[in-house]
Amino acid sequence: MTPTTADKIQAGLKKRYAAERRFRGYGLVSVTIGLAALLLLFVSIIGNGYSAFQQTFVKLDVQFDEAVIDPKGTRDPQSLARADYGQLIKKTMRELFPEVKNRRDKRKLYKLVSPGAVFILQDMVRKDPELIGTSQTVWVPADDDVDMLIKGYIDRDVPESARRLNDKEIAWIDALAATGSLEKRFNKIFFTAGDSREPELAGIWGAVVGSFYTLVVTLALSFPIGVAAAVYLQEFAPRNRWTDFIEVNINNLAAVPSIVFGLLGLSVFLNFMSLPRSAPLVGGLVLSLMTLPTVIIASRASLQSVPPSIREGALGMGASQMQMVAHHVLPLAMPGMLTGTIIGMARALGESAPLLMIGMVAFIVNVPEGPLDPSTVLPVQIYLWADTPERAFVERTSAATLVLLAFLVIMNGAAVWLRKRFEQRW
Amino acid sequence: MLNQKQAVLLERPAKTNDVLPSAPVKIQDTDTKTVGQVTVDKPIMTTRNVDVYYDDKQAIRNVSIDIAYNEVLSMIGPSGCGKSTFLRCLNRMNDTIESARVTGSIELEGHDIYDKKTDVVTLRARVGMVFQKPNPFPKSVYENVAYGPRIHGLARNQSELDEIVETSLRRAGLWDEVKDRLREPGTGLSGGQQQRLCIARCIAVNPDVILMDEPCSALDPIATARIEELIDELRQNYSIVIVTHSMQQAARVSQRTAYFHLGDLIEVGETSIIFTNPQHKLTEDYLTGRFG
Ligand SMILES: Nc1ncnc2c1ncn2[C@@H]1O[C@H](COP(=O)(O)OP(=O)(O)O)[C@@H](O)[C@H]1O
Ligand SMILES: [Mg+2]
Repeated sequence: MTPTTADKIQAGLKKRYAAERRFRGYGLVSVTIGLAALLLLFVSIIGNGYSAFQQTFVKLDVQFDEAVIDPKGTRDPQSLARADYGQLIKKTMRELFPEVKNRRDKRKLYKLVSPGAVFILQDMVRKDPELIGTSQTVWVPADDDVDMLIKGYIDRDVPESARRLNDKEIAWIDALAATGSLEKRFNKIFFTAGDSREPELAGIWGAVVGSFYTLVVTLALSFPIGVAAAVYLQEFAPRNRWTDFIEVNINNLAAVPSIVFGLLGLSVFLNFMSLPRSAPLVGGLVLSLMTLPTVIIASRASLQSVPPSIREGALGMGASQMQMVAHHVLPLAMPGMLTGTIIGMARALGESAPLLMIGMVAFIVNVPEGPLDPSTVLPVQIYLWADTPERAFVERTSAATLVLLAFLVIMNGAAVWLRKRFEQRW
Repeated sequence: MLNQKQAVLLERPAKTNDVLPSAPVKIQDTDTKTVGQVTVDKPIMTTRNVDVYYDDKQAIRNVSIDIAYNEVLSMIGPSGCGKSTFLRCLNRMNDTIESARVTGSIELEGHDIYDKKTDVVTLRARVGMVFQKPNPFPKSVYENVAYGPRIHGLARNQSELDEIVETSLRRAGLWDEVKDRLREPGTGLSGGQQQRLCIARCIAVNPDVILMDEPCSALDPIATARIEELIDELRQNYSIVIVTHSMQQAARVSQRTAYFHLGDLIEVGETSIIFTNPQHKLTEDYLTGRFG
């Protein structure tokens, strides 16, 4: 008897199902590996970075001695600003540990308090000169080494010579902690300060503001130019050798490594046009060059996906080409264009290489006040901190990365939200 | 505001005792001759010796036909014979296809529509089009109908616009179904309603001629019947040219029928005569089902 078709199918069936199961298995394994990598990334970043959101503070009972701050009694703001507030802190520390007599030990003792404490006292007096002559309890940031010991990152068991803190210092810190004079508090400085050589005084605000100005410049240039170019190429330009040539080159530009745009920015914007170094304006210009091809390609794809029947409907009503595009095609393409732009902006936000070329890698303490002020950006700040030896900067590197990731998540969320909103309008 | 060249096209002679500005272009003799009644006494549109090429490929050859006032002219023929191509010449929708090239003469009330002075925007306001697949704009029902009057500046204020929208929807037989959902998206209507919305959108600018390219091919029989009724009513005010793949539909809605075959216009005549007594062999073959 010859086998029927059903028999033949039956014979191969097992193999077919096995192949299908294998294929699903591969897919599942790939997804699992991907998720695991992502999880690992988050666990390691959060694990390293979460402690940076807290900072150890020292309680000091400071005597605002008039003889030190304002010996002439004039209350002149300028002389108040120039006074030696460091003396007040040193005196407070000496009173806390009267047994310390040795000069070298004293210097070590003073160093338990962050050098930034001086500015806190200065600021208090500037705001309220009435404080002079009184005694106040002030919480000031502790030095980063104190912070690291309190957070458990300094191993007390290693030999004294290999430790950043010697036995005496550890004893003082323990004494302070025992009296409740040390406390971990929310690290506001991290979110409000610019960069600093002292980890406990370093913050990301300068970099955040720098990134903000840079992105504003990038968006202001790349969105309108990109959309206009896409609309022209897609809707108005004749199809000929020139437009083909332009199209090929836009696609090529999208694949150019970003550092090349940095080199271009260096030679054109800085050397030729003499724009300021390290400025968000120039950073924005460079990132616009990098982002434009992405925006143009995404916008064209989104214009192309508008159904031809809508165009025909509009033209058939007697709408001009311009009206057809402005009234029908562009609104329908806008969600896609926005998505493309936001993805481009997210890429620009995470970009550091081209900005290194135009000097945005400088050490800048001041928070920039405009797009022409020297500044850095978040990813470059991370790069800078990752390069420093202090343990306290390690956790700040991770914390800054977390902030950068949070911004990226917010941007992508905004893209999704905007797209949804635009779609609901019809 | 209308500029001069729009005014030329918009100014309409009275339909009763109009005098054509010029005699229609003479039909030139060629090897393919259309049989039957090609010309009419008072045409609103005349086409003479129209050829259309897509790049080098000729899609229609030497088509000459008149379209009368207040008539429904149907165009039938096997698919690919050039019905849509010819229809799209009548409001210059072929301009949007880069490879398309049109020669010959097409006149709307005596004015050459392919003349350099003719504004295509005004032309398309006077010769409207309804497409095969209903294509309402992804906006509200109201906005769909108001769009034409808006861009052509036909309403001076909101209440005039409201009135135009209501009249158009009534004429399209859609008012009662959508009057409570004017602000809802036009794309949310049923297929048949969408097509009637497209017709309403088209008549909102009060055109002279309405072109319909297989307007019922995507609709069910009930929606189709509804549109056919509507076409008959619209004939009171407009000239209608309809492409259809259904001979029954042509027989039901049209006064004259044109039969196309492989790019040639084979025969034109009164619908009743064409269907009962075709003169050309090809027409007869098609109608009796021996072809196509
Ligand atoms: N945009 C176009 N480009 C090239 N050829 C076309 C195009 N549109 C139609 N044609 C060709 O022209 C001929 C007539 O097409 P069409 O007018 O759509 O026929 P019908 O509507 O009668 O089915 C067909 O051979 C078709 O392939
Ligand atoms: Mg067709």
